[in-house]
Amino acid sequence: MITSLWYSSKARGLAIQIALLGGLIGFAWWIGSNTVDNLIERQIKTGFDFLTAPARFPISETVVTYSPDDSFLWAYVVGVANTLWLSMITIVLATLGGLCLALARLSSHPLLSRLASGYVTLFRNIPLIVQLLFFYGLATSVFPPPSRAISVMPGVYLSLRGVYAPSLTLGPGSGLFLVVCCLAVLTAVLARRSLRKHLSAVSSVAVAVIVWIGICLLGWLLTGRPVGLEMPMLKGLNFQGGLQLSPEFSAIIIGLTLYTSAFAGEVIRGGVEAINKGQWEGGRALGLSERQILFRIIMPQALRVIVPPMTSQYLSTVKNTTLAVAVGYPELGLVVNTVINQTGQALESILIMLAVFLTISLSVSLLMNWYNARIALVER
Amino acid sequence: MKRMKKLLMTGAAAAAVCTTLTAASAGTLETIQERGRLICGASQGTPGFGAPDDNGYWRGLDVETCRAVAVAVLGDKDAVDYLPLSGQQRIPALQTGEVDMLPRTMTWTLQRDANGINFTTPNYFEYTGFMMPKSLGISRVEDMSGATVCVQTGSTTEITVNDVSAQFSLNLQPVVFDNTSATRQAFFSGRCDALITDAGALASVRASMAERPDDYVIFPATPYVDALTPAVRGGDDQWMDIVRWSVQALIAAESFGITQANVDDLLESDNPRIRRFLGTDPGNGAALGLEDDFAYQIVKALGNYGEMFERNVGMDSPLKLERGYNALYTDGGLMFPLAFQ
Repeated sequence: MITSLWYSSKARGLAIQIALLGGLIGFAWWIGSNTVDNLIERQIKTGFDFLTAPARFPISETVVTYSPDDSFLWAYVVGVANTLWLSMITIVLATLGGLCLALARLSSHPLLSRLASGYVTLFRNIPLIVQLLFFYGLATSVFPPPSRAISVMPGVYLSLRGVYAPSLTLGPGSGLFLVVCCLAVLTAVLARRSLRKHLSAVSSVAVAVIVWIGICLLGWLLTGRPVGLEMPMLKGLNFQGGLQLSPEFSAIIIGLTLYTSAFAGEVIRGGVEAINKGQWEGGRALGLSERQILFRIIMPQALRVIVPPMTSQYLSTVKNTTLAVAVGYPELGLVVNTVINQTGQALESILIMLAVFLTISLSVSLLMNWYNARIALVER
Repeated sequence: MKRMKKLLMTGAAAAAVCTTLTAASAGTLETIQERGRLICGASQGTPGFGAPDDNGYWRGLDVETCRAVAVAVLGDKDAVDYLPLSGQQRIPALQTGEVDMLPRTMTWTLQRDANGINFTTPNYFEYTGFMMPKSLGISRVEDMSGATVCVQTGSTTEITVNDVSAQFSLNLQPVVFDNTSATRQAFFSGRCDALITDAGALASVRASMAERPDDYVIFPATPYVDALTPAVRGGDDQWMDIVRWSVQALIAAESFGITQANVDDLLESDNPRIRRFLGTDPGNGAALGLEDDFAYQIVKALGNYGEMFERNVGMDSPLKLERGYNALYTDGGLMFPLAFQ
């Protein structure tokens, strides 16, 4: 009986599967229980109770409001928001940069294509962290201190504390003003339409823009000047008021974008080159311009090749944002490190970070897969 | 049969893995003695407290604290490996057993104590300070309105910045860095108006990194004094006691007037306290699981706390720090020897 079971491939397969599964569960259980034992032995508190306690530590830059009186949970949210903000900006900029790079590399202009290929070689082969430190060092050593800040134009200052620019202040009545501006767009579009017959394309657009600005200005005066500019002013040690673009944020955005563009450019170039030469020739035979061929015929087909590797580029970008910690930008990683140090709850904090990155990455790949399915070749 | 053999071997391998893992949870003292080296969490280069010299030999007050423990446990002041750790690496490193102890660098706080860290005995008292360029003309916290402050994560200073800012409505703008050298470089490049950390570390940074140390002023951030304390991980009381009494031996030696130079003569002292301390009369060492003359060996190898202080951070060093709070209680400081009996 047992021998016949042994020789039955189905039974043997089943046995191996069960053994493997059992081993895996046993291993997981062993890791888990070992961790728990060690935590107890080393008197380390566990649990997520600390999340509601006030965080008390400062975060230097935030996209959502934060004060040290907020909870640890909110500090994590702030970190996640900063990470997402960073990822979004980088992904958009790097995609555009990558597109320009790919077109430059594909161009028949020798200087342009060699410059582009030199760029790719340079940025792809230097570790990202080195680039970040380089740009941060540059940002904090080239520019003067705030007291001697370079004034580019009224209200815009460059210093080693970053770029300061005027910010918008919204007073009462700004809602009304916004409505007026939107209506003005409508008027301008209608005006352009009726003028198109009489004027050239360029001058009709110019007239439309003038109409729009005129109506907005009138609206601004009539609604009691609700929207104003707040100028950054040098008060004491630093500029106060206005918008600040910090050197930390600039360094990470510039570094990540330049680095990711190099990869994105190669992905896009690969995609374009994967399309059969016959498609170009067909387009030319139809009398289309090179630009029309590229954007109407080649790109839509190339996207099928581009999207899957681009997805993994986007995923690495999201993960690379954690390097911002080196230049002092408070993304999730820095917040997690700080929380671990203030509370000692390393395991919980790392688990939260894992969960957050898993969620972000899975969302990015779901989105890209959906897009990929949409542009996929529909076979009829 | 062949299959059986294979199974047995797998079993044996698994058993071997399990035994190595259980060995890791044996007492810290046995682990260190078996290893023959003490692993000490060092700072990332704070001359005077812990940094390798030109020849790669580690020097500093923290380093010598580790050496004292190594003398007590292994009888050799050089049987120490130093693992440079950033502020935020040190606690996990201690808790996971990557290092056996952390000398001085950590402030004794309730939260840390309650979360798996055992503090031994304070060996350095100091306030948290700000360092600013003299050219800004500011030398007290109240005038710092709107200042940008470089802060290192993984320290109590993050919270101090926030507390000070709120207390005096200063609207301080923190720039938080993950590693020590980035924080300091950012300060010297002018990214921040001020640098905050322990006053001793500030003095060390000023002496070692500033082009002209006299161009910088250091002043207290709070009126509160922190007790920096060598720490070990929770759950091993014997090891905590060994580190505590090794550190205490340095302080007690100073209070007894025992120095590296006269320790041999005092072995035959008439004072029963000194005789017990040096192990002439036995009992102390054995109670801790050490040699009876462990305190004698420590002083013989390194001198007393006062000698260590002057050599590394005091008047005989570039830092030129006053003893201040770190003088013996008999000299108006906070250093207090516990009873070696």
